[in-house]
Amino acid sequence: MKFLILIYSNPKSRAIWETLTDAQQIEFGRSHMALSESLAASGDLIVAEGLADQELARRVSVRDGKTITSDGPFAEVKEYLAGFYLIECESMEGAVEIAARIPDASSGEVEVRPVLDLKAELEM
Amino acid sequence: MSAAIRIEALLRELAPQVLAALLRRYGGFDACEDAVQEALLSAAQQWPVDGVPDNPIGWLVRVAFRRRTELWRSDTARRRREEAVAAQSPPEPESEVEVDDTLTLLLLCCHPSLTLASQVALTLRAVGGLDTAEIARAFLVPESTIGQRISRAKQRIKESGAGFQMPPPDELPGRVVAVLHVLYLIFNEGYTASSGTALHRVDLTGEAIRLMRQLHERLPDDGEVAGLLALMLLTDARRPARTRPDGSLVPLAEQERERWDTAAIAEGVALVSHALASAPIGPYQLQAAIAAVHDEAARAEDTDWRQILGLYELLHGIAPGPMVTLNRIVAVAMVRGPQAGLRELVGVEAELAGHHRIDAVRAHLLEMAGDQDAARENYRAAARRTLSIPEKRYLESRAARLDR
Repeated sequence: MKFLILIYSNPKSRAIWETLTDAQQIEFGRSHMALSESLAASGDLIVAEGLADQELARRVSVRDGKTITSDGPFAEVKEYLAGFYLIECESMEGAVEIAARIPDASSGEVEVRPVLDLKAELEM
Repeated sequence: MSAAIRIEALLRELAPQVLAALLRRYGGFDACEDAVQEALLSAAQQWPVDGVPDNPIGWLVRVAFRRRTELWRSDTARRRREEAVAAQSPPEPESEVEVDDTLTLLLLCCHPSLTLASQVALTLRAVGGLDTAEIARAFLVPESTIGQRISRAKQRIKESGAGFQMPPPDELPGRVVAVLHVLYLIFNEGYTASSGTALHRVDLTGEAIRLMRQLHERLPDDGEVAGLLALMLLTDARRPARTRPDGSLVPLAEQERERWDTAAIAEGVALVSHALASAPIGPYQLQAAIAAVHDEAARAEDTDWRQILGLYELLHGIAPGPMVTLNRIVAVAMVRGPQAGLRELVGVEAELAGHHRIDAVRAHLLEMAGDQDAARENYRAAARRTLSIPEKRYLESRAARLDR
């Protein structure tokens, strides 16, 4: 089963980030790198990425065949996606264990979502 | 069959024998496995052009042997051992295939020191002869993920010190159970309702049945081995009727049974009948027996639900689980009516709280009982909770059908 672990940035997590020293921030980044490498080596990782600043985001919609985009920043948005891990795991319990190793879980929280599957279960 | 497909099938058949031949002679699972993969690749490129050699397995063993020596040579830290290997003469192919080692190889790939995901990947590559890219496509994950699982698995085997030999007799039954579990998972993974993607994916269902047949040939008296092969055949027999052209699921009761594969059903029924009569009873045999009762009913209304209920009672006794509990309750409803089923469902609700199938079963029983509003609600709840896209669509369509 695949699970997506979502890391959100919100006012609380940003406030915590601001209190960290440079050395702590670097250590935080290293912890992410180390976790990605360890999950890749065990074959559990599918992909993990950190997302660029929300200011660089663009919203896209198509109306009457026309593509309309609007630029950030979206000042009204308090919480936005900052990064994600897509992992493969046998159960939600296993996915939660991996999520608990994400540095952001120690300061704030991360969200684990099961990915929908194309296969159906066997009927017995 | 085109020449290329015939060659591919031949290579997949020979892959475990070539690997076993190398392993038995030289040991070192990691290096042997890599060398065999490269030999298979060379054959896949050369044979369609040059023709299949007279002794294909000898050809593969020779090429793999040479490749293995090169792999050793490239590793300077092992130079001394390399000299020892190089001093050995290439094997005489005829002598390499006298002993059939497919079972030993399967047991090694499903070694208890490996994670389930690694066991699956390694079995498909080392015994099934699939390459990493094919396995990755079959499981819809990146090639690097599968590559890591395989290399991690080989590392673990090395660390565990497990050799290429049959486990002691007292460990064998437990090790065979692990192999059955891995083959069952491979089958289940392949039993996808999505026909559109099948074009570019290896047929894992067919692969699981092929490997299961090999296992059954080696352990013909093991009732659970026969039982799982029967279960796969009896389930796969319904595949032509299980999905509509748009990929949506057709429930068992509504399938066009004339489209079922009668040859597969006959083989599965014979296998499970023989196993039940001659071997200790086990969960795969019981599941196969239940599948056989379904498959033997010409119409859904002819299904012998009393017999199915009896089989679920037995299964519940020896291998209880949420799916067994729920399926037994469906059988209760079919024999004694929906209200009896709903009453039993109340009794297990606490135990199965949160299981995604409980809402679907309740919805089904409520619909049988004529309570359309409650049935619709429960179908919707079930659709929200399932992780399967085909099931989600099916449950939503059941709910929509009850809309007025």
